Amino acid sequence: MTNTEVIIQQLIIGLSNGMIIALIALGYTMVYGIIELINFAHGDLFMLGTFLALTILGVLGIDQLPEPAMISWSVLPLFIAVPLFCAGLNWSVDRLAYRPLRSAPRLAPLVSAIGVSFVFVNIGLFWGGVPMDVFSGGVAAAAPKDFPALVSTDNLLGEDSNIFVTWNEVLVFGMTLPMMIALSLLVKFTRLGKAMRAVAQNQMAARLMGVDVDRVIGATFLIGGALAGIASVVYASYNQTIYFQMGFRVGMDAFTAAVLGGIGSLPGAVLGGILIGVVRAASDQYIATEWTNVVVFTILIVVLTFRPSGLLGAHVREKV
Amino acid sequence: MRGTALLICLAATAGLLAAPQADAQPNVIKIVSSLPHTGSANAQTTTIVNGIKLAIDEAGGKVGDFTIQYEPWDDASPERGQWDPAIEAANADKAIADPNVMVYIGTYNSGAAKIAMPKLNAAHLLMVSPANTWPGLTKPGVGEANEPMIYRPSGKVTYFRVVPADDIQGMVAAHWAKDMGCQKAFVLHDRELYGKGIAMMFDKASKPIGLEVVGFEGVDSKASNYRSLVTKIRQKRPDLVYFGGTTQSNAGQLAKDIRASGLNVKFMVPDGCFENAFIQSAGANNLEGNTFITFGGLPADKLTGKGAEFYANYKKKYNSEPEAYAAYGYESARAALEAIRIAGKKDRAAISEACGKIKDFDGLLGKWSFDENGDITSKTLSGNTVKNGKFEFVKILGQ
Repeated sequence: MTNTEVIIQQLIIGLSNGMIIALIALGYTMVYGIIELINFAHGDLFMLGTFLALTILGVLGIDQLPEPAMISWSVLPLFIAVPLFCAGLNWSVDRLAYRPLRSAPRLAPLVSAIGVSFVFVNIGLFWGGVPMDVFSGGVAAAAPKDFPALVSTDNLLGEDSNIFVTWNEVLVFGMTLPMMIALSLLVKFTRLGKAMRAVAQNQMAARLMGVDVDRVIGATFLIGGALAGIASVVYASYNQTIYFQMGFRVGMDAFTAAVLGGIGSLPGAVLGGILIGVVRAASDQYIATEWTNVVVFTILIVVLTFRPSGLLGAHVREKV
Repeated sequence: MRGTALLICLAATAGLLAAPQADAQPNVIKIVSSLPHTGSANAQTTTIVNGIKLAIDEAGGKVGDFTIQYEPWDDASPERGQWDPAIEAANADKAIADPNVMVYIGTYNSGAAKIAMPKLNAAHLLMVSPANTWPGLTKPGVGEANEPMIYRPSGKVTYFRVVPADDIQGMVAAHWAKDMGCQKAFVLHDRELYGKGIAMMFDKASKPIGLEVVGFEGVDSKASNYRSLVTKIRQKRPDLVYFGGTTQSNAGQLAKDIRASGLNVKFMVPDGCFENAFIQSAGANNLEGNTFITFGGLPADKLTGKGAEFYANYKKKYNSEPEAYAAYGYESARAALEAIRIAGKKDRAAISEACGKIKDFDGLLGKWSFDENGDITSKTLSGNTVKNGKFEFVKILGQ
């Protein structure tokens, strides 16, 4: 491989990983923007999404690569059922664990979120023990599970090319980009989007103006959950391994991305995700894999030193 | 979040420690095991525990006048998904505090052994491991400078293992790679004691036999994929990737990403991946015919003589296939019972001293003894591969 080829390849990898991180980071940043809560259960919600996806595949009996080099329509149910499930679950979590604590001190919902995260991880552990073929009969509940690629993994640039691009990368971009664009349009141009921005700006004032605050917050959880659901299907197809503890790590990356871009800012979350993905790839290539985490967090610290509210975060003035 | 979980774990273990201890019963000897039940090592651990139970049952649950009680303890936390230093330390303390505990069987991971060994040694409590392979635990001059004396504050050897150590396994792996015609190897490890240790041994053994090591790197065992790293490996054009690590440190994902990038190399892993969970997580088609696993011993169904007898009894009793280490669970328990028999009294120092006196024991792999460091004298290793989604024995190595 020539140096140019290496750079192109690492960029493709970095961007693909970054886009998935960004999609999950949106869920963090939206919820934070509206109720100033770091929803620690978000990564584990994403994990449950991957488990549902594998269960559906098992029920449909798909454990082979779809033959044609295109997305096979049989995986369409995944892209409908999983986001719906994650959205519903996220909304229920808000209803049960966060809403009763709305007026409590800030720490209460945070601890509650950690609790929900534990519950989710354990649900994932039990789920892995379901006696189905895709869970290898459920004999080793905790073992990582193999997830089939939903699209062909042949190189699109031909067998001899040194650069590797597959339909999987196409799937990542084809699913994440439209979602991000749709979300930003929703927030900018719809009534709901306006209400969301109003609640984020000042909950009390929005309530006085007749905004149904609880419904708006519920909708935010629905949308964030749906995005995590899409991300879980894309991630599982791209990485092809799922296990019950993956939520913590993926959630950590996404949370870092959200903070780096500026927590509460939607374009910030996307920028943060892409940055982290690309920096990881570059560090793996040019420094050493073992230093990658150090590099990512060093960059985070440097950025926050000079821009405490993140790259695109709103500059909050102290109220005197 | 991590900190919170740790606090909860600590609180839980503190609760355990506060529980009133059993009084000493003169005719009861307790054997405990400390192995990872939480996480993907559980399948392997279950069969190790079954092996231990089988050995105790065959002895009729008694040695001389002593009744043997056995308790399997877990040293893993859901938090880490594998062994946890805090829990391993608590287990060792709990064993020391219970006057009936005379033998501590464990650990599965060498890193965990490092924590339990000095504690148990100071209490003269016999520790027999069915799986630890880090050479420094017993052998002077191969591990860190202060090993193994740092694990022996009492100056006596109280730790024994029934598996050959990694200095042998790493060397044998390098020779096997060379025999298969490999010229260039890229060595990776999971930055844990066991994984990095065996990768270093592989690296050390490669140079003299003309196997060139073109890269040596630690990986992040929690990464979602290794595509960037694999791109870097592709540049170096090796014909073998060696990974010092376990199923729990993401060997499956690594195998997957190597195959997905069209890199046509052999992939070799040590015995930490010699469990069905590895095939399950990597996907059988990613391992087919191109993956090689070394193991310090023979797979259960390849054992002969006494070993074949064990295999038949195991299948009869548990109605399932034993995983690779089940035989060593069985062997470690038999060694413990033999030590109790030789000592003939309920005394920790006497029992751990007696274990070192075991000579020409009729084991599963033929006759073996413990040497002065606590290592087993048998050095049989096997090379295995994956065929049709199952491990397949290739040949005996290192003899």
